[in-house]
Amino acid sequence: MDKATCYHCGDDCGNNPINHNDKNFCCNGCKTVYEIFSNNDLSYYYDLQSAAGASPKEVAGKYDFLESQNIVEKLIEFNDNGTQIINLYIPHIHCSSCIWILENLNKLNKGINSSQVDFPKKTVRVTFNSNKVSLKELVLLMARIGYEPYISLDDYDKTKKGTDRSMSYKLGIAGFAFGNVMFLSFPEYFEVGEFWLEQFKGVFRWLMFVFSLPVVFYAAQDYFISAYKGLRSKFLNIDIPIALGILVLFLRSTVEIIFDWGSGFFDSLTGLVFFLLLGKFFQQKTYSYLSFERDYKSYFPIAVTRITSENTEENTQVYDIKSGDRLLIRNGELIPVDAILINGNAKIDYSFVTGESEPVEKRSGDKVYAGGRQISSAIEIEAIKSVSQSYLTQLWSNAVFQQDKSGSFQTLTDSIGKRFTIAVLTIAFVSAIIWLIIDPSKTINVFTAVLIIACPCAIALAAPFTLGNMLRIFGRHGFYLRDTQTIEQLAQIDTAIFDKTGTITTAEKGNVYYEGLELTSEEESLLKNTLRSSNHPLSRKLYDMLAEQNIVPLEEYEEYLGQGIKGSTVTDSVKIGSAAFVGNTNINNKDSTSVHLSSNDEYKGCFIFQNQYRDGVGETFKTMSRDLELAILSGDNAGERANLTKLLPPGTPLYFNQKPDNKLQFIKSLQDQNKNVMMVGDGLNDAGALAQSNVGIAISENVNVFSPACDGILDAKNFKSLYQYILASRKAIKIIKLSFILSLMYNLVGLYFAVTGQLQPVIAAILMPLSSISIVIFTTVATNLLGKKLRQ
Amino acid sequence: MSVIYLLLTLSIVVAVIFFAAFIIATKSGQYDDSYTPSVRMLFEDELVKSTPEKTEEISNQKSESQKL
Repeated sequence: MDKATCYHCGDDCGNNPINHNDKNFCCNGCKTVYEIFSNNDLSYYYDLQSAAGASPKEVAGKYDFLESQNIVEKLIEFNDNGTQIINLYIPHIHCSSCIWILENLNKLNKGINSSQVDFPKKTVRVTFNSNKVSLKELVLLMARIGYEPYISLDDYDKTKKGTDRSMSYKLGIAGFAFGNVMFLSFPEYFEVGEFWLEQFKGVFRWLMFVFSLPVVFYAAQDYFISAYKGLRSKFLNIDIPIALGILVLFLRSTVEIIFDWGSGFFDSLTGLVFFLLLGKFFQQKTYSYLSFERDYKSYFPIAVTRITSENTEENTQVYDIKSGDRLLIRNGELIPVDAILINGNAKIDYSFVTGESEPVEKRSGDKVYAGGRQISSAIEIEAIKSVSQSYLTQLWSNAVFQQDKSGSFQTLTDSIGKRFTIAVLTIAFVSAIIWLIIDPSKTINVFTAVLIIACPCAIALAAPFTLGNMLRIFGRHGFYLRDTQTIEQLAQIDTAIFDKTGTITTAEKGNVYYEGLELTSEEESLLKNTLRSSNHPLSRKLYDMLAEQNIVPLEEYEEYLGQGIKGSTVTDSVKIGSAAFVGNTNINNKDSTSVHLSSNDEYKGCFIFQNQYRDGVGETFKTMSRDLELAILSGDNAGERANLTKLLPPGTPLYFNQKPDNKLQFIKSLQDQNKNVMMVGDGLNDAGALAQSNVGIAISENVNVFSPACDGILDAKNFKSLYQYILASRKAIKIIKLSFILSLMYNLVGLYFAVTGQLQPVIAAILMPLSSISIVIFTTVATNLLGKKLRQ
Repeated sequence: MSVIYLLLTLSIVVAVIFFAAFIIATKSGQYDDSYTPSVRMLFEDELVKSTPEKTEEISNQKSESQKL
């Protein structure tokens, strides 16, 4: 067996698989999870889906803050007599095995009463007895079996809001009323003047009236509210003719049945509202497990370890940190506030904040900024600011984050709505005046008939169905958009700005190449063995990249902080590190990240770390540059300038060393030149730019983990299709325009009947659903064809 | 023919009952998660297999033999 994969997590076991019960495991963690499961009769987990697990991570001390009652109280949903309920977000949930094991948590601990998984949301709701098991023990148990919950500052702040189900209620009511009214209005369409029908038509008509009441006053209320808001801000949106149509339908029908003039249009009325709501419902599809609203709170921990004046450790809520507090930051923890390093060997990964890919080393007395992640041993820092005043978090006080982007954008439907409303009102008044001259008794009849038949049901349905379907098609292609409006905005993009690190480069290991004198095999072996002992990220990278060598014990190994490492056997020695450290004084390329090497104090050469660009970046940019303005906005240093110029179409502007705020201002200045800007980024450092841009797209290697607030999340492996998606959005807009024309033709037919005073309820009852259904069919077929093309 | 009043009342009562059932079901969150229950219903049988009555060894051996 050459390639052993882990029975638990499916990872490559490497050279030394751990064998247990005839199964291979990649690490002791995975083996332990297997033991826990098999000792508790839960090995069915592996039958359900093979290698579904995740190896548990080191969590010692990480959840100590859950001992604090105040914090626990904020997190749990329900607490009564020792029974507590908590909803935990678990990013690892991905298959049926996950559901099964999490719903059998009670087998692992008697204190857990029940647990229920919500798969689309990736959450598990656990009911447990807090006298038998504490929240901390529960979380630790889940972490131990590889299902570590993600608890962030966001959970602490969250006001628990119930899900909004009013849309379902409204749709239910409209559908219920529509069905019943149809039923009751049918007899009169077929038989006029029949004896029994004459007897009972009053009952039928008033029953229809009763059914339409909740439809008009509850189910359709959003249209009235929206029309009123539009009128008040002197903005003619599509909801005005809709609201007018509903109102006129209702009033005229009521008057008709009161004076026994006819049966009214209750079937058209309820049908109209039902179809409109159906469109809205279709459009509403969101990806419940993705969040498009994240800010720094989703990344920040709830609590950190504070060192009190008596030198004891205690857990403190992040908001309680005051300037002057001493904090302990362990390996892998995030620095929550701007602070000064007091002691410890700080190696801070700022990729979150600045996009800079290499960790920065700090000495005591240096300033460290909030948002950095410590990736070496524990350090002690002294806070100099509170959380909300820190450099990174201040970005969120910028006004863009308070703005509601959707409010300012005029959708295609709304822009049509304006002209439509004016046209309909003109036709209604003109024909009313003409009839006033010909036959005054029919004036009101014609006036209301025009408003009824012109009610733009089909127009209002075109966009929701087209865009709703596009949203789903994009979703299947790994491109998740926040709402349908984003598609319309995407179609208008003329400028695309890209972040570099993590966006057009992969987050995985970069390219490393060697420049200098060739190394002998002894030197290579010694190099690899020396690197083995070092924990510096660059050493690890280099180690993984070098060919396998036999393990040779080192005679001597020494690490020089911030300079390099030295390893020697009896005969030879190597030094690896900065240029100065290995004795090379003339450095030529200062900008790029490189590691220099000398053997027996003789300079050999250097390893240059290069960014690994995503597949097809060059081509994607080339095709995009045809009709989009492009630019790169990077927080990183200019080391990659030469490479980027080679890769990208000539003349693409490159900006380096951009701070988060610079990026935001850059986007803003483009927008001031009336550009429609798309920003593509990945980290928190792009958050401002993503919020400011017309369309902010976050690139994510794994869509289940966190991306900053944005309008859309793009799966990194589909990066090269980005331009196709933009083209598809433009085509979707064309489809909407075509269906507008189609529905206008229906309106013309209807208007002919209305203007000539011949509008019978039955004509409205046929025309309205017919136009709506043909629009729905047309848009669905057209978008599916578009989706098929996308797949090729 | 006045039986039509009775029929109308009955049909509306039945319709309203179903409508109320829909509202109650929605309110209780039945439609919030439409995926997990479809997976959960397939677990039933396996849960019986690993009831706590069986001793650890037996079920361990059993799961072992299944894999071999």
